[in-house]
Amino acid sequence: MIEKLKPEPAIQSSKDASKIIIEITGMHKWFGAFHVLKNINLKVSTGERIVICGPSGSGKSTLIRCINRLEEHQEGKIVVDDVELTGDLKNIEIIRSEVGIVFQQFNLFPHLTVLENCSLAPIWVRNMAKAEAEDLALKYLERVQIPEQAKKYPGQLSGGQQQRVAIARSLCMNPKIMLFDEPTSALDPEMIKEVLDVMVELAETGVTMLVVTHEMGFATAVADRVIFMDEGEIIEQKPPNEFFQNPEHDRTKLFLSQILAH
Amino acid sequence: MAEATETYKVGQHPDLPPPRSEVGVIGWVKYNLLSTPFNVIMTLLAIWFLWSIIPPIFEWAVLDSVWTAESRKACWAKMEVPEGAACWAFIKDRIGLFIYGFYPADLRWRVNLSFVLMVLAIVSVLYENMPGRKFGLWYAVAFPFITGWLLVGGLGLTHVDTDQFGGIMLTFIIGITGISFSLPIGILLALGRRSKLPVIRVLCVLIIEFIRGVPLIALLFIASTMLNYFLPPGTAFDLLLRVLIMVTVFSSAYIAEVIRGGLQGIPNGQYEAADSLGLTYTKAHLLIILPQALKISIPGIVNTFIGLYKDTTLVLIIGMLDPLGVGRASLADAVWAGLAREVYIFVAVFFFICCFSMSRYSLWLEKRLSTEN
Repeated sequence: MIEKLKPEPAIQSSKDASKIIIEITGMHKWFGAFHVLKNINLKVSTGERIVICGPSGSGKSTLIRCINRLEEHQEGKIVVDDVELTGDLKNIEIIRSEVGIVFQQFNLFPHLTVLENCSLAPIWVRNMAKAEAEDLALKYLERVQIPEQAKKYPGQLSGGQQQRVAIARSLCMNPKIMLFDEPTSALDPEMIKEVLDVMVELAETGVTMLVVTHEMGFATAVADRVIFMDEGEIIEQKPPNEFFQNPEHDRTKLFLSQILAH
Repeated sequence: MAEATETYKVGQHPDLPPPRSEVGVIGWVKYNLLSTPFNVIMTLLAIWFLWSIIPPIFEWAVLDSVWTAESRKACWAKMEVPEGAACWAFIKDRIGLFIYGFYPADLRWRVNLSFVLMVLAIVSVLYENMPGRKFGLWYAVAFPFITGWLLVGGLGLTHVDTDQFGGIMLTFIIGITGISFSLPIGILLALGRRSKLPVIRVLCVLIIEFIRGVPLIALLFIASTMLNYFLPPGTAFDLLLRVLIMVTVFSSAYIAEVIRGGLQGIPNGQYEAADSLGLTYTKAHLLIILPQALKISIPGIVNTFIGLYKDTTLVLIIGMLDPLGVGRASLADAVWAGLAREVYIFVAVFFFICCFSMSRYSLWLEKRLSTEN
């Protein structure tokens, strides 16, 4: 709690990029008998933007969901912002309040207005005053360009608008890390762009981002590193240019040829 | 129709009003009552049925009914045909008993005051837009204690034994206590049944399954006869209090299952979203999960409440006089005997008004909480 009293810089400067903010070592995860993640080793520096891709069922969503403990890993070690993820509920709640996640299905709270969706966590997790939290929420709603929808309920918005609200909701917690779990996969083609635009803009602020997506245009434009996963393993990771022009493994080449073919 | 056939340029087609036959009173009648020959016959039959049943009932209950008389004989003497109409004088004569039971006549102001306080408490809880609602909610929490003191007495008020309670007052006491306590207890049982801690889960399952597996009447008999055996000797435990506990526990088990159904209807993503924002279990449930689960459970919850409210009449089996019990006791009076129809209709109308109000309130609440387009 003492740490949180210190004023946090709204934007993480890329100068401390040398600092490792996520460190995963020798991590394994099983769903029942099914071995979903195998020996994952990954270091992410502060401010780094990573795109994770791979065929469906390769474990990429599970991997990022392990980072805020929506999924529990069975072996190995995950350290987020110098806190190790264990069964300790207090640690988990602290890490979750520092790590934002945007889901494929938006998962907005349908019984609350857009403004309430965004101000809820600052009020109840950060103990912020209601008026202050609402100002903050409006600020981020402006940033995702839908302040005029603040009084509406999620069910009254389009998919693209809902996803932008979901991004604003996460940003209201001033997270150090943003996770995106296929944020555009449930959207109509016309709405994908409005969400990607917001994400590109967000990337420019320097927040650490891990994005599971098949939007290769986004990866090229924004990512510092592209990770390719298959069958629960990290097969290959490279800067986007190298990754697209010079893939090493046959599996990566096959994947790229399939998604770039159309 | 003619307008719709006009041609417009592509991309410039305006929004046209729907065809006339689809809207308005005529459209409604045509569509709902006269759409097919079979429908026409059914409509005529229904009109004939209503025509032949409503006027006689209205005559019996209102036009020809007698409102003042000293006895059944005097009542019938006032009618054109003896027994040909309702004798409401009987109900009027017994109305004190129907409302207050055997509560001492000179202390009935305490019951009346409790009724007024009750209405205030109900309004405070049910209407969100009421001015000063925050104060109203605190008042609603204090209400059971205030009324308990008013009705039973003590601390400066004359003591009244609970076996003198009866009639509508008793129904309200049991019904409202059962409803207001079984909801929170039911929520806790439902959450407990979904708990990850085996001890809590098994305990909740056992409570729910045991209570649901036993008829309410059996529980009431347990309350009236057996409970004293289980308690330390010398602890006199008021019968009404025992009945209140049994009724509450009974309906809690049902409420728990209704709410569990609601909880299962909440998509996993809602839990994940709440967790991912760093909300604790308690906050996530209070702010995110329960508001949604309770909303989808409203029809089931109100259904259980209506059932509970009507089941309060079962207390007559263990010797408590609710309105139905008062009615049956009154029929034993030689002066009035034979007026069973009036008594049962009166009791039925009382229960119908209460239950129908609950039903309408729940529909209104569902509509108000709807956040769809």
